[in-house]
Amino acid sequence: MLEPKSFQSIESVNDFVIKFANVNGTGSASANQMFAKAIFRMGIPVSPKNIFPSNIQGLPTWFEVRVSEKGYLGQRGGVDIAVAMNPQSYSKDIDEISEGGYLLYDSTWKRNFNRSDINIIEIPLTQLCVDSFKNPKQRALFKNIAYVGALSALMEIEYEVLEKIISEQFANKPSLIEPNIKALNLGRDYVLDNLDYPIGIKLSRRNLLENKILISGNEAAGLGAVYGGATFCSWYPITPSTSLAEGYEKYAKKYRVDEKSGKNLYASVQAEDELAAVGMAIGANWNGARAFTATSGPGISLMSEFLGLAYFAEIPLVIFNVQRGGPSTGMPTRTQQSDVLACAYASHGDTKHVLLFPADPKDCFDFSAKAFDLADQLQTPVFVVSDLDMGMNDWVCEKFDWDDSISYNRGKVLDYEDLEKLESYGRYLDSDNDGICYRTYPGTHPEKGAYFTRGTSHDEYARYTEDGNINAETLMRLMRKFRTASELVPEPLIEINGEDSCGIIFYGSSKPAVLEAKDILRTKNINVDLMQIRSFPFNLDVWEFIASHDRIYVVEQNRDSQMRTLIMAEGGISAEVLRPLVHFTGDPIEAAYIVNKISEREVNYKSHKNIKER
Amino acid sequence: MSYIKPINHHPRLEKNKLGLTRRDYEGAISTLCAGCGHDSISACIIEACFQLNIEAYKVAKLSGIGCSSKAPAYFLNQSHGFNSVHGRMPSVATGANCANGDLLYLGISGDGDSASIGIGQFIHAIRRQINMVYFVENNGTYGLTKGQFSATNDLESKNKYGEDNLFKPIDLASMAIQLGASYVARSFSGDRDQLIPLIKGAIQHKGFALLDIISPCVTFNNHDSSTKSYDYIRNHNEAVGKTDFVPLGEEITTSYKSGSSVEVNLHDGSKIALEKVNSKFDPTNPGNSLNYIREKSEEGKLLTGLLYFDESSEDLHETLNLTKTPLNQLKQDELCPGEKALEIINESLS
Repeated sequence: MLEPKSFQSIESVNDFVIKFANVNGTGSASANQMFAKAIFRMGIPVSPKNIFPSNIQGLPTWFEVRVSEKGYLGQRGGVDIAVAMNPQSYSKDIDEISEGGYLLYDSTWKRNFNRSDINIIEIPLTQLCVDSFKNPKQRALFKNIAYVGALSALMEIEYEVLEKIISEQFANKPSLIEPNIKALNLGRDYVLDNLDYPIGIKLSRRNLLENKILISGNEAAGLGAVYGGATFCSWYPITPSTSLAEGYEKYAKKYRVDEKSGKNLYASVQAEDELAAVGMAIGANWNGARAFTATSGPGISLMSEFLGLAYFAEIPLVIFNVQRGGPSTGMPTRTQQSDVLACAYASHGDTKHVLLFPADPKDCFDFSAKAFDLADQLQTPVFVVSDLDMGMNDWVCEKFDWDDSISYNRGKVLDYEDLEKLESYGRYLDSDNDGICYRTYPGTHPEKGAYFTRGTSHDEYARYTEDGNINAETLMRLMRKFRTASELVPEPLIEINGEDSCGIIFYGSSKPAVLEAKDILRTKNINVDLMQIRSFPFNLDVWEFIASHDRIYVVEQNRDSQMRTLIMAEGGISAEVLRPLVHFTGDPIEAAYIVNKISEREVNYKSHKNIKER
Repeated sequence: MSYIKPINHHPRLEKNKLGLTRRDYEGAISTLCAGCGHDSISACIIEACFQLNIEAYKVAKLSGIGCSSKAPAYFLNQSHGFNSVHGRMPSVATGANCANGDLLYLGISGDGDSASIGIGQFIHAIRRQINMVYFVENNGTYGLTKGQFSATNDLESKNKYGEDNLFKPIDLASMAIQLGASYVARSFSGDRDQLIPLIKGAIQHKGFALLDIISPCVTFNNHDSSTKSYDYIRNHNEAVGKTDFVPLGEEITTSYKSGSSVEVNLHDGSKIALEKVNSKFDPTNPGNSLNYIREKSEEGKLLTGLLYFDESSEDLHETLNLTKTPLNQLKQDELCPGEKALEIINESLS
């Protein structure tokens, strides 16, 4: 039925980008997620990204899905298929479609789009739903399911997979299964009866995702906190971290309610603000419960005074910072890695904090659980620093694993028997010379072990002192403790790819883009060695990698190249060796961007080197 | 520098049921100014804990920043103390309390700490009904920074340098009643007889107990034009009636005339006996209490005593449906769902 085309249609199997343009608050997200999940279930690597406004209802929202049989799951750029459901953003959405691409829109209201170089697929979605559903709410909602049904025919998504997802999703509300299936069929049957199908972009089962799961980093981190033994969560709502606290509560409700008594073996308190949130977590940790708070950039600013107290009084604490776009209120619903320095040196005075950088939801789970051990071992705040991209979007990652034989490491805590044996107790006596002293919990022993926790300068017995030398000794001991920390935190992951390679340092959610860029660069005869930083303080491996390269690109999603600054400041590394490669639009970094930046500079480097050598 | 007192006791010092003397409840030597009201309050806390046979190591003393917040160092040496950041003691107490509800929580704060920088946390600790005794050692001034007005200072009360106060005071006790605190009392650091039973009642009470204690600052706010000086408070306070705390199983032996007292039962079976001096006043009715406080204030009187009382309210542990075993004592097998559960979770995410 299409007229003869003057352009070449895009043809591809399992390798494309589709973008859904919707109106915020119309129920599109679950339909779009269903689409992504179906592709995941067909064993094809997929990466859905929700691009949403800081708004509840009415503004444009997008959902972009990259499908890549090769497993490249970073943001790609470009749109091969657009499902345009929002007239408000039509012009932008349709402009974005690559030549030869496809546009599916709701043709209940026909439009002329002035693009003769793309395939236009017209489906009267609203009309179909109005004809089939009576309830106005359902009419609006099921448009979304109907286009998923249409796509299943157009792109050869396995129908049974979608059917199964629907029946699982509504297992608790079976009455909703039938109308959802009906809506799915509405779109699907319309295509089968009226349009040419399949289109040039198709899916084909591959089963490449054995041992893989699809989950968001926040939910994974919340689950990790349950596994890590956290019994107390205090938090204040802030995008994009809210779903982390909710994830914790979701799993705690399932696994932390005593069957006999019906009582909770956890507490989750929504605080009045971030100051109270971190204060409560500190109070609970001080009292020997594993406690955490989850926040995002502005929350870190607000918590900073308390963070200095926890650092100086040596109270364990786990803080999740799911970074968003800054500065100030910034871009609450966009991603960045721009709180690295704010976390590393949070609070006034000489403070330094332990940071963990997960790079996918599996890391979020692992590092979340590990953070509680580290915080207890080191008696200091431990930050798990992720970001909106991995925090709020579902990522394909390895299955979670857990070893029941490993016990929590509660660090140096003296119990009643330990105290009985002691002549005298000093909270800040560094008896093991690793900078870490022995804690006691309130209520342990009637005569021994009590001490006064304070943020004022104190001696080894926790007594207030204004003796500057004693305070200086405390500060030096805390440095000693920080060195101990560098031996306990996750080491960097290093990949060496041959002689004369340049280095790339990266961390967090830049990982998929960097891995893809590495492969593309190799096709351009540029070899790169990789170092994925997973924690701060940096350990020896980090310095060795840097010492063995004469030029290293530090890839990060902030303006000021904050990780580079941290490395330079902590290691005395020369600015010339570390070259900033930054991206800070709030959209996830793309491989192509990294490739362009590096090849440009590598060409310069090589020609410069050749001239020198000549 | 805090000094440690000698540990030798006089052999014939009076002992309580635990075999402890009052000395056993003391802390380090105070570094507050001689005559500071806060030291009298510390002495009353020591007396109340001694009389109630409290095990000091099962007490957590928490504070914010300021003169008052230094006070926890000066009583109950065998208790863990936590001197947190300015105005933030309530949040630390909330977390600590959730972690272990078996301890007694004494929060020591001041008017700067609670009526200004920390007023938000003060409010929300009440709203959450944290089971704790919250002391406001209220002197109307910022002592450590040398005499600035605080938010509880009366409008007509000048500072030491004769300057006028420009703003009306915040009445923390009235505010606490409005917010649903279940035990609200006001007292005067110079009135041991009134204060000690009030502290004892607060300790035995389940839920949030506020003690707003006028505690004159001898250095910066004890002059003739201050309304928080010793002289002024002695001349202007009016008690709602005497309060006696009666421990569980003991007979009520008060000095009140028969028929003029009311007994209130505490959740653990002990009682508070209130002398009834005014038929208009009913401390179990919040609206009535608020009106009476206001009425007296308009007469230029500071109403003291047990102002409001409700033993029926639930505390945060009940609201959160927390397990009896304190969260900080749960073992790994109770906390970690384990490998098998994770396999099921993985399955649900595939």
